[in-house]
Amino acid sequence: MISVSDLTVRFARAAPVVDGISFDVAPGECFAIVGQSGSGKSVTARSLLGLSGGTVSGSVFLDSVDLVNASARQWRSIRGKEIGFVSQGALVALDPLRTVGREVGDALRLHTSLSAVEQSARIQSLLSSVGIPDPSLRASQRADELSGGLRQRAIIASAIALQPRFLIADEPTTALDSTVAAGILDLLESLRASGTGILLISHDLATVSRLASRVAVMQGGRIVESGTVDDVLRMPRHPYTRQLIAAVPAGTPRHAPLAPPPRVGNSGPGAAAPPAQPSPAVSARPGPSFPTMPPATRPGVGNEGPGAANPVAEPAVEHPGAPGPEFSTTVLAATGLVRRFGPRLAVDDVGFQLERGRTLGIVGESGSGKTTVARLVLALDKPDAGTVELFGRPWAGRDRREARIGAIYQDALSSFDPRLTVGQILSDAQTDGRSRRADVSELLELVGLDPSIAARRPRILSGGQQQRVSIARAIAPSPAILVCDEPVSSLDVIAQAQVLDLLDKLQRELGMSYLFISHDLGVIRHMSDDVLVMRDGRVLESGPTEDVFGAPQHDYTRALIAAAPTLD
Amino acid sequence: MKIRAIVAGAILLFIAVAALAPGVLAPTDPLAIHPLESFRPPSFEHLFGTDESGRDILTRVIHGAGASLLIGLSATAIGVSIAVVLGLLAGLGPRWLDFGTTRFLEVLFAFPGLLFALLFIVIYGPGIVTSTIAVGLATAPGYARIIRSTVLQVRRAPYLEAATVLGRGRAYRIVHHLLPNVAGSLFVLVTLGIGQSIVWASSLSYLGLGAVPPAPEWGAMLSAGRTYITSFWWMTFFPGAFIVLTAVATTLLGRSIQDRTRS
Repeated sequence: MISVSDLTVRFARAAPVVDGISFDVAPGECFAIVGQSGSGKSVTARSLLGLSGGTVSGSVFLDSVDLVNASARQWRSIRGKEIGFVSQGALVALDPLRTVGREVGDALRLHTSLSAVEQSARIQSLLSSVGIPDPSLRASQRADELSGGLRQRAIIASAIALQPRFLIADEPTTALDSTVAAGILDLLESLRASGTGILLISHDLATVSRLASRVAVMQGGRIVESGTVDDVLRMPRHPYTRQLIAAVPAGTPRHAPLAPPPRVGNSGPGAAAPPAQPSPAVSARPGPSFPTMPPATRPGVGNEGPGAANPVAEPAVEHPGAPGPEFSTTVLAATGLVRRFGPRLAVDDVGFQLERGRTLGIVGESGSGKTTVARLVLALDKPDAGTVELFGRPWAGRDRREARIGAIYQDALSSFDPRLTVGQILSDAQTDGRSRRADVSELLELVGLDPSIAARRPRILSGGQQQRVSIARAIAPSPAILVCDEPVSSLDVIAQAQVLDLLDKLQRELGMSYLFISHDLGVIRHMSDDVLVMRDGRVLESGPTEDVFGAPQHDYTRALIAAAPTLD
Repeated sequence: MKIRAIVAGAILLFIAVAALAPGVLAPTDPLAIHPLESFRPPSFEHLFGTDESGRDILTRVIHGAGASLLIGLSATAIGVSIAVVLGLLAGLGPRWLDFGTTRFLEVLFAFPGLLFALLFIVIYGPGIVTSTIAVGLATAPGYARIIRSTVLQVRRAPYLEAATVLGRGRAYRIVHHLLPNVAGSLFVLVTLGIGQSIVWASSLSYLGLGAVPPAPEWGAMLSAGRTYITSFWWMTFFPGAFIVLTAVATTLLGRSIQDRTRS
């Protein structure tokens, strides 16, 4: 039993990062801590291993051992042996120069007197117990020869090498594709069933609900609510918990807001802030009908869209491409796209059409070719065969200004010139590169940011703010099409909800069409009118979102749906 | 960290004043001979002692700062200019040009830097100008290689792709995004390189290939003092100390700029 009471962690003289929290984890139980980035959950996890790096007060007991005052020598016999640690960086937590077998065997070498032969047998049985196929081959490979999922399994193997009674898993599935993540969660579940106590740290309630029996919601270093997962999800008492639940896109209908409007910078007259009515967050979630939506608050810019909830009322969407060319609302059409990298077909005969004011989602796991499709559409890369047409005309990257196609990226920060301030970045986009001093306050208000942010540099902003800046930059030249390549994948649930709401609002106000790429089925389902399921460079299935996901034709689509975390 | 930068800055400020206005710090003539006062050890009257002709070494060290610093700066400027051209050609040009330039740089790398400078002096004769050019040429391949890799790195940066998507042409991207970002890291390189150039230029003077005695240049002073090094240590110690101080100070300053730009 790990019992934590009144745990406080502070760094230097700053306010405590973890502020008087108490909980316990019993053997055979999974206890989860959920919260946004910066809520103190990772520091909590690390302080249970004596690795927080700050000043710890309060009490942490492993059975009767006092962990707060444990000596370095005591820690050596606890870490790995009693409490194992599964870190979040599946991509960086393994030493690239050492074989996986060596990495996993570290604990055995340090803590047991097994002979080399016994060790290698044990390593192989560990690797196969975490579901790594062909363990003898894998043990001799290095980290970069393994996929993300296999690496995460190897990390778990090393964490359980000494059969610790407790496991601390800090965002164990965050960087992984959903089918892979589901496998990791199943693995953790089987460890729990065999008696291991698990402390699961995550920003994602849906992931937590799959594994944990009890959950604590952390905000600003405090536990604001805790209880059984069922109680907390069904009857959340704290507003922040409600916000977290509402922010999960899976199961939330298209156009329904996921988050209350952000508090910064929405006071300007042109800000077109979401309505002042109280957040419909909780009540909106489970209902099958669309919640009441505000009418579009500004006259749309050339937008013939209905503005409100029901885009299906638009003509021609039932039969894309059916009307004659002069009435066509197809803004982007791709036919027979093929892209080869060496012998590998990254994109293999992909075609689709994007209608004005609509969103086409592309869902697929890493390596499915979806980002290559985005690059082909943006003419950043040339297809080996096939064509891309914008507004009925072939497009290969010339006359980008007339093309009216923009993009936002997964890593917003690295898409900004590191020397420039937010104001300079946006001014450059707004004036077509002529000035870096134009007034960008209107643009900032449009994306819900305070105009004072213009003087700052992007790297000191939060991930959500960075993505807002990148959206502001993308819409500055008033594009008709926006390619969104995993725009929310590196954001926590709340920031993700806000960015998705913003994208939805801008689409209705400005009449943009989105090509929306994500590995996250919940996000795709919430954002898209039509959807394309990709795997290994091919389109497996396509059609209106609810048709495809409501009655999936392909096994892989079914697997994706089964793997996607939901709250239900 | 901060204190290091302040100390380095103070040393460099002193050396800069010495270089620009040596008369302020040492009003007497560095070449004036006082045969009766030769080989005086450091004392209150002559803080750094005197040399074989009775010249005050402190005065000479201060007056030598200008020559040493000028040689260091000009050599670095020459090296960096050549390197910028080569590095940009390799980093931005077509693949064959990159291949050619890189192979050329590798050939230059095969010579130890100082040997390469000596080769140049053998051909063009000794003197301050040739030794400066020689040091510049010898440092160029190192800079060029770093500039090339920075250009390649920045060239693939997502923000250049984002600029492409926004419709910025190639020339705009190079002038407004690529060059300023390459220049940022170049600045650090240059600060780090000045110290090295001063050391190399002094080495050449020490070998009698750069500034020639009785000119008050640190390397040349070292060279003049080496005959007496066993009996009159101060003749070599103080000019040598200043070479080391300058090199260390510029390096420290460069490092702290590097740390600041990284964080």
